[in-house]
Amino acid sequence: MFLQNRFAVTPHCPEPLNPAHIVNLSLRFFRSTPILPGFSMSFGFSTLYISLVILLPISALLLYVSGMSWDQYWFAITDARVLQSYKVTIQGAFYSTIIVTFIGFLLAWIVTRYDFPGRRLIDSLVDLPFALPTSVAGITLSALFIPSGWLGQWFEIFGIKISYAFPGIVVAMIFTSLPFIVRSVQPVLEDMEKELEEAALMLGANKWQIFWRVILPTLIPALITGSSQAFIRSLGEFGAVIMIAGNIPFETEVTSLMLFVRLQEYNYPAAAAIASVVLLASLILLFLLQVVQGRFFKKA
Amino acid sequence: MAKAIKQPRETHQWLLIGLGIVMTILLLVLPLVLIFTQAFSGGLELLWANLNEDYMKHALGLTILAAVLTVPINLVFGILLAWCVTHYDFFGRRLLVTLVEIPYATSPVVAGFCYLVVYGLEGTIGKWLYAKDVQLMFAWPGIIMVTVFVTAPYIARILMPLMQKQGTEEEIAALSLGATGWQIFWRVTLPNIKWALLYGAVITNARAVGEFGAVAVVSGTIMNQTLTLPLLVEQLNNDYKTAAAFTAAALLACMALLTLVLKTAMEWRQERREAEPDEVHMG
Repeated sequence: MFLQNRFAVTPHCPEPLNPAHIVNLSLRFFRSTPILPGFSMSFGFSTLYISLVILLPISALLLYVSGMSWDQYWFAITDARVLQSYKVTIQGAFYSTIIVTFIGFLLAWIVTRYDFPGRRLIDSLVDLPFALPTSVAGITLSALFIPSGWLGQWFEIFGIKISYAFPGIVVAMIFTSLPFIVRSVQPVLEDMEKELEEAALMLGANKWQIFWRVILPTLIPALITGSSQAFIRSLGEFGAVIMIAGNIPFETEVTSLMLFVRLQEYNYPAAAAIASVVLLASLILLFLLQVVQGRFFKKA
Repeated sequence: MAKAIKQPRETHQWLLIGLGIVMTILLLVLPLVLIFTQAFSGGLELLWANLNEDYMKHALGLTILAAVLTVPINLVFGILLAWCVTHYDFFGRRLLVTLVEIPYATSPVVAGFCYLVVYGLEGTIGKWLYAKDVQLMFAWPGIIMVTVFVTAPYIARILMPLMQKQGTEEEIAALSLGATGWQIFWRVTLPNIKWALLYGAVITNARAVGEFGAVAVVSGTIMNQTLTLPLLVEQLNNDYKTAAAFTAAALLACMALLTLVLKTAMEWRQERREAEPDEVHMG
């Protein structure tokens, strides 16, 4: 309190841009009076940076699209080949998110709950898909899963084709989104109090009941966050997917690739239309995730 | 609070661990082994010849340039944004935090295309720049610009929760003792966040080195001019130069492994700092 008053009366602040009028304005703009110096510099730079680096290019795309006629736009985004690419992308992201949620949960579970040789190594390796460039992931997974590859030969026996087919897309998406699940679930598992489980045990709950009624409900918010991030990431994945998918029109083309194809045809309006669809979808998903997170965190 | 970690005793626990290890080997270890096996498959001489190709050296140089320019830019932005949203409470604070997440959610190809719309020949700014004979797209500056976009959130996202948790008491104490803004930052704030900052720099660097989709759109893939290492991997693979492609891939895999080692080391340090709270002020 003392400090706040002192600051308001005689601004001892070294910032030349922080005179009394900001304090007056603070009645509306600031929720609490700023005490530390540096607001104008950090706020000014951050907003300028966000505007130039993030908002300008994105609004430019939307502006470009708004210059198109509705028919032209509709034609570009509902082209049969593009429609099929939405389906492939969403299906791939959907299957991979379900599978990676299980794998990621399993890995997070064993590295936080059990002490075994190699635990630290697995914990570190989980970030590999994040650190490895996606094109490297793509070329490697594709070589691993071709019919003569180290893993592909086992699937070949059952006649399952992975590289250069739809399952390849799912495999690439699983690989690139694995860290999102593990790193969302792991901190919650680590902070979970053992006393809670012991109390449930004392009250006569068996292992399954403890898992379903005590552990899982605590993990649901983290699982939702992780899987949503994995899903959003998979929808936009490009490098890893195009190198394993084979990119057969109407079969294994993802939407990011369609955008790239239109660009290479110098068909900018069509590319912009597709880009706007992808952009709006991911922004809506991001917004929904924020809303859901807000709900869960408030409850907790 | 008791830690839940324990020695596995029962069969189902060993089964879970076994399944996890198998998954890790299939999904994470085998790809790594494959990269290096393929890179070495033609023998050491071929590997050396591939590494000495002009396009390889050029791509490596461009990749390093992108990382060296991107990391400091986003370091400054990350610190300022995190400082701003954790030290003051103002109208629109949450909006800033949300806006910075946009690059996370945006597909890299879309991001690259947005930049093409602004600075390419289709846009007003791009046309104006063209008249001034400045070419940003299909040249190295464009690669840096999209890389900056894609990696913008990382450092800010790492710093924000940490600075929130540390609060502002120490800084306010320094202010009341007569310290200036810069003194507070250099002597109070920076020592408290330096490990997180380094961690953020490592993560940003990894993303900057590996960015593919956004760079692919604005690069124009000109050999010896605008090919970064991740693009070179794809290009060589398309040309059926598998050994050379895996040589570039192995270079990138080495960088990725270095990132993992640094990350793990810093996490251990952070854990030790949290375990010994007295060291925080000394370190």
